[in-house]
Amino acid sequence: MNNKRPTIYEEFKAKGYSRREFVTFCSLMGAWLGLEVSGVSQVAKALEAKSRPPIIWLHFQECTCCSESFIRSSHPLVADIILDKISLDYTETLMAAAGHQAEKSLHDTMTNYKGEYILMVEGSIPTKEDGVYCCIGGKTAYDIMQEVAEGAKAIIAWGSCATNGCVQAAAPNPTGAAPVGKVIHGKPIINVPGCPPIAEVMAGVVVHLLAFDRIPALDSQNRPKSFYSRRVHDTCYRRPNYDAGLFVETFDDENAKKGYCLYKMGCKGPNTYNACGVIRWNNGVSFPIQSGHPCIGCSENNFWDNGPFYEHLKSFPGFGIESTADKVGLGLGIATGAALGAHAVATNIRKRKLIIKGRKEIEAESSND
Amino acid sequence: MEQNILKLDPKLKLVYVWQQPVRIFHWVNALAVLMLCITGYLIGAPLAIQHGTEASFNYWFGIIRAIHFIAGYVFFFNFIFRLYWGFVGNEYSKWDNYVPYKKKQWKGIWEVLKVDIFQLKLGPYETIGHNSLASTTYFMTFIAFIFQSLTGFGLYAAMSPSWFPKLFSWFVPLVGGDMAARHLHHLLMWVFILFAMIHIYLVFYHDYIERNGVTSSMIGGWKFIEVNEDEDKMNED
Ligand code: HEM
Ligand code: HEM
Ligand code: SF4
Repeated sequence: MNNKRPTIYEEFKAKGYSRREFVTFCSLMGAWLGLEVSGVSQVAKALEAKSRPPIIWLHFQECTCCSESFIRSSHPLVADIILDKISLDYTETLMAAAGHQAEKSLHDTMTNYKGEYILMVEGSIPTKEDGVYCCIGGKTAYDIMQEVAEGAKAIIAWGSCATNGCVQAAAPNPTGAAPVGKVIHGKPIINVPGCPPIAEVMAGVVVHLLAFDRIPALDSQNRPKSFYSRRVHDTCYRRPNYDAGLFVETFDDENAKKGYCLYKMGCKGPNTYNACGVIRWNNGVSFPIQSGHPCIGCSENNFWDNGPFYEHLKSFPGFGIESTADKVGLGLGIATGAALGAHAVATNIRKRKLIIKGRKEIEAESSND
Repeated sequence: MEQNILKLDPKLKLVYVWQQPVRIFHWVNALAVLMLCITGYLIGAPLAIQHGTEASFNYWFGIIRAIHFIAGYVFFFNFIFRLYWGFVGNEYSKWDNYVPYKKKQWKGIWEVLKVDIFQLKLGPYETIGHNSLASTTYFMTFIAFIFQSLTGFGLYAAMSPSWFPKLFSWFVPLVGGDMAARHLHHLLMWVFILFAMIHIYLVFYHDYIERNGVTSSMIGGWKFIEVNEDEDKMNED
């Protein structure tokens, strides 16, 4: 059955894409993945020779923004092939099948391609109350995840939900939302964080898997190095303003018009590892900072709990929303100063006798000899 | 006039407590921490300096950060040196003075609290090096130094081309990412500021009450200590 599947290139052609478009696509992918020129022809050769691996795409606690981002990839080829209604083996939001038919399709893929299919997951998995907070076809997300992951060759965790839990895992995390990495062990997992991830990053990861048949180089948090090794801050075009100490003070000031650095508006660029500054969004049109808004750090762990989007640091726990570490620190500093002052006064009253006595003793001893 | 000139208390002996390396460590550390607090605070809350010029003509924020990183290196290696000295130095600077693992030390802490802080008792208690409470506080400060170095170099790993900070990058994911590490790093600054306030006050306090020259002991190394005759003999044996 496997052999009967058309190669990826054949699928491209069947869709009506020209050879030229195919080569353009391969070069683009090569560039995003940071391959050498020879790597590009490797991509092209692989796509010509190989058939698309079976793909199961699961949706749990999520908003589908990852899918939305993916289908807006600047080059439509990937989305067309991978996310195509017909060729994607199972995905709740985009497949034609529904109900029992859909369940059957999932089941067929799992049994026919055991150990071969790639599992893509969008959304987090609730773990509290036996996972009742997300059930599909009568089964909990947790059980579906265990069942489908069992025969998967590799797992791609799309977006912040699947890599760190995103908003539903924010304190107090009422449903016990957990990312894929917390509920599945012993399978290769590629984390592609972001809310959503950049379409080209998603495409790049998929093409790498298709073309090279192996997982791209990952960092310690299992993120593909080619896209997540540098901070937004390091590739931000406003960076010279940061180094020069030129900051936007309020959103409507003169500095904002001049395009100064958004650090003091709470920009999380210095703490966020992503490719927004390089690849940008919507066909490279712009990215948040270019549009005058500070980075909110959407691809970082717990970004919802990392404090107000428009504050540099998160608010200090237990002291109210407005309290920053500096306010609490200054308060403690003043309190300490007052305590030390009081202690100094008390010392002079309480230990006065001791001081005088000590002095007298020495005086006596001095005059003795 | 005569009243102001007193002979030395014959019970007091001069004891060489702080060896030169400890003294050098102390002042390098104090200076580095001061620089790190000033530049660190500015990194967290940069001044609103308005320039009419282009970004390419200015670099003041870059320089503040550079000073922070250089002072960070000085601070770190100075600290490592002190840890080393905790094994080879004299009895007062040995590591086991600092780690409160003996019952005697906990009793000592309580004594100091009663005499100096709550002033329930007039004292005195006897110590030659740091008193028990002080050494425990320094121990906790040293632990805070370790965390400050881990978060500092961990954050620095992302912005430095050097291999050295990369040795610390494993620590950042453990605390939950760069944001959390930065928050911890920032909070610890306040811990050091509060420590320094209380520390300097208490040093002056002891000098004032006990007239043991403790303030200058960190400069010259010698303290005036009331040495018990019996103990003296015991020490000689
Ligand atoms: C007593 C020691 C130190 C103090 C009080 C201190 C204080 C601070 C403060 C308050 C910040 C600003 C955090 C923020 O709000 O964003 C900061 C940032 C930073 N510190 Fe430290 N720090 C100390 C030691 C170190 C050390 C040893 C290093 C290692 C090189 C270091 C590296 C950094 C880095 C990389 C940043 C981020 C700078 C940036 O965003 O460009 N710090 N420090
Ligand atoms: C004017 C400022 C300061 C003075 C006069 C001063 C004085 C002293 C003195 C006299 C001691 C020995 C105390 C004893 O025998 O128990 C000491 C120890 C110590 N001080 Fe300070 N200090 C100052 C500032 C600082 C600052 C800013 C720091 C850093 C945060 C600091 C950190 C320490 C530490 C860690 C020790 C223990 C030293 C060791 O055992 O190696 N000091 N200081
Ligand atoms: S706008 Fe944000 S990412 Fe850009 S230089 Fe300023 S702080 Fe860094």
